[in-house]
Amino acid sequence: MDLFNNLIFGFSVALSLQNLLYCLIGVSVGTLIGVLPGIGPLGTIAILMPITYSVSPVGALIMLAGIYYGAQYGGSTTAILVNLPGETSAVVTCIDGYQMARQGRAGPALAIAAIGSFIAGTFGTLLIAVAGPPLADVALKFGSPEYFSLMLMGLVAAAVLAEGDIVKSLAMVAFGLLLGIVGTDVNTGTQRYSFGVSELTDGIGFIVVAVGVFAIGEIISNLGGSEEQRVFTAKVSNLMPSWDDMKRSIAPILRGTGIGCFFGVLPGTGPAIASFASYMVEKKVADDPSRFGKGAIEGVAGPESANNADAQCKFIPMLTLGLPASGVMALMLGALTIQGIQPGPQVMTTRPDLFWGLVASMWIGNAMLVILNLPMIGLWVKLLQVPYRLLFPAIMAFSAIGIYSVNNSSFEIYLTALFGIIGFVCMRLGFPLAPMLLGYVLGPMMEENLRRSMLMSGGDATVFVRQPISLAFIIATAAILVVMVLPAVRKRRGEITG
Amino acid sequence: MKPSILENKDVWAGLFLIAIGVVAVVIARNYTFGTALRMGPGFFPTVLGGFLVLSGLYILANGLRSDEKIEGSWPLRALIVLPLALVLFGVLIERAGFAPAMLVLIFGSGLAGTDSRLIELLIFSVLLTALCAIVFVWALGLPYPLIAGF
Repeated sequence: MDLFNNLIFGFSVALSLQNLLYCLIGVSVGTLIGVLPGIGPLGTIAILMPITYSVSPVGALIMLAGIYYGAQYGGSTTAILVNLPGETSAVVTCIDGYQMARQGRAGPALAIAAIGSFIAGTFGTLLIAVAGPPLADVALKFGSPEYFSLMLMGLVAAAVLAEGDIVKSLAMVAFGLLLGIVGTDVNTGTQRYSFGVSELTDGIGFIVVAVGVFAIGEIISNLGGSEEQRVFTAKVSNLMPSWDDMKRSIAPILRGTGIGCFFGVLPGTGPAIASFASYMVEKKVADDPSRFGKGAIEGVAGPESANNADAQCKFIPMLTLGLPASGVMALMLGALTIQGIQPGPQVMTTRPDLFWGLVASMWIGNAMLVILNLPMIGLWVKLLQVPYRLLFPAIMAFSAIGIYSVNNSSFEIYLTALFGIIGFVCMRLGFPLAPMLLGYVLGPMMEENLRRSMLMSGGDATVFVRQPISLAFIIATAAILVVMVLPAVRKRRGEITG
Repeated sequence: MKPSILENKDVWAGLFLIAIGVVAVVIARNYTFGTALRMGPGFFPTVLGGFLVLSGLYILANGLRSDEKIEGSWPLRALIVLPLALVLFGVLIERAGFAPAMLVLIFGSGLAGTDSRLIELLIFSVLLTALCAIVFVWALGLPYPLIAGF
């Protein structure tokens, strides 16, 4: 009955007035930026992270997580109503969701998306609660070689499964690792890549990299594109789905949840891949596949559940192993570190309030999204009319305040500007940025574990293949690389991420 | 028709990685490399830099073969104006105070767009600066003078 007690404890943490408020703020901000195209959860979480310094670690994590899954809801709203995916995870939802809206069934589409997400979120939360403790128990026995191999596997998997060219992703991981070791070397005190600048002796600030690349770089890139035409379809009148809609949706929701949970624990796969996979499955198992693309409710229910389950399950490796499986999780890990909490399997025993509080809050947050945001859809959609020419100067302002408030350092503002340019250049040259952030976060830990393993083994590099757990990670890493280089998989991958 | 090498995406991408890798390795030569038993601070950066150079070469070669063009345009105006607005913010917030720094940042970045409307942008800058002053300086208590000297 441990699970039960733990969940009750989690709810007692998450249901405190303060944490409920943080959860509400998080999901509302998340919905807002999910609705607005041109700013995603990565940029927002990075910009808002300085504000969470004064908040308790639990509250900070609850709020940041709320932004993350709230954005998924917001993204699907615009996908259905305006045929404009607010987030990449909602691209598939456009196909049938927008068609439903054109047939005057926007209400049921939105409601099914919300209900499906809620059911998926519930299962995702349960899975974290069930799978978390045993995973952390195993991870507690890890030594330096196991950790090094685990991080290697995580980084390679994240790079390989991410969208875009594999070599480019791996190179971005290496670039991120290099950025991570800027500053004073913990073992020898040597200054590395700090160019005599005193501000760099502590390394490049986490928020500087994240905001520079994901907020500033993104804006520069957006200003290079053309303004998209937004065509509103119909007013949302009747929200309630019919009995027939419900019956048709229940199986896709459950299948989508399963698919989302599976892809969720894999590093590097964004929610977009889970929702694509779910759409493919629904189309395959349907009695009449020709209905898809013409407003089939299954095409909304499945993918929307899948992307939410994926988002929740991404927390599993982050919370139990300290291994971020996506860019957003790298930010969460950074938030923990900034709060003075060393991420890893010990978090669950040293800070149970953090783990179980967050797990419970995700369920509460999902419920809030259904109850509070669904009736407010009209209001959210109005926000779409805010023109980008006013939106991006506001994002610039919040970014600058956020960064300056961390250390009151103008140097960090200049550095952010530089990372904005680097981020933009990387985007245009086809380099994915999330792998870089993962490398940056894991860089110091990975080097530390490598050096410690070598020292303990007496300089014998075979230590990584002699320990059974470490060997398993190394084999998995090699297998991932080999499989991805096979031409057949390459081709399929191109179709999915295309 | 082959696009010019100046527009070749992967040629530039490869050169970008090679440049980072070479700089990393050259600088890392100043740090102790160490032995396998006691790895020095130079070991990890040298390996990473070397990997960057190798992958850069691979991508460069790929680019020469596939001739893929860089997608999207290069918004030169945004690329100059936005970083400049941030730098001005950094200079002004230390010397002139919160309000002038914010005004310049918001108005300045607004000019980076191609469809900016001056009057609208000016009003928006003033309103947003006031809002930020209320939220961040007054309510959240960030210790910045609104105008330096006051």
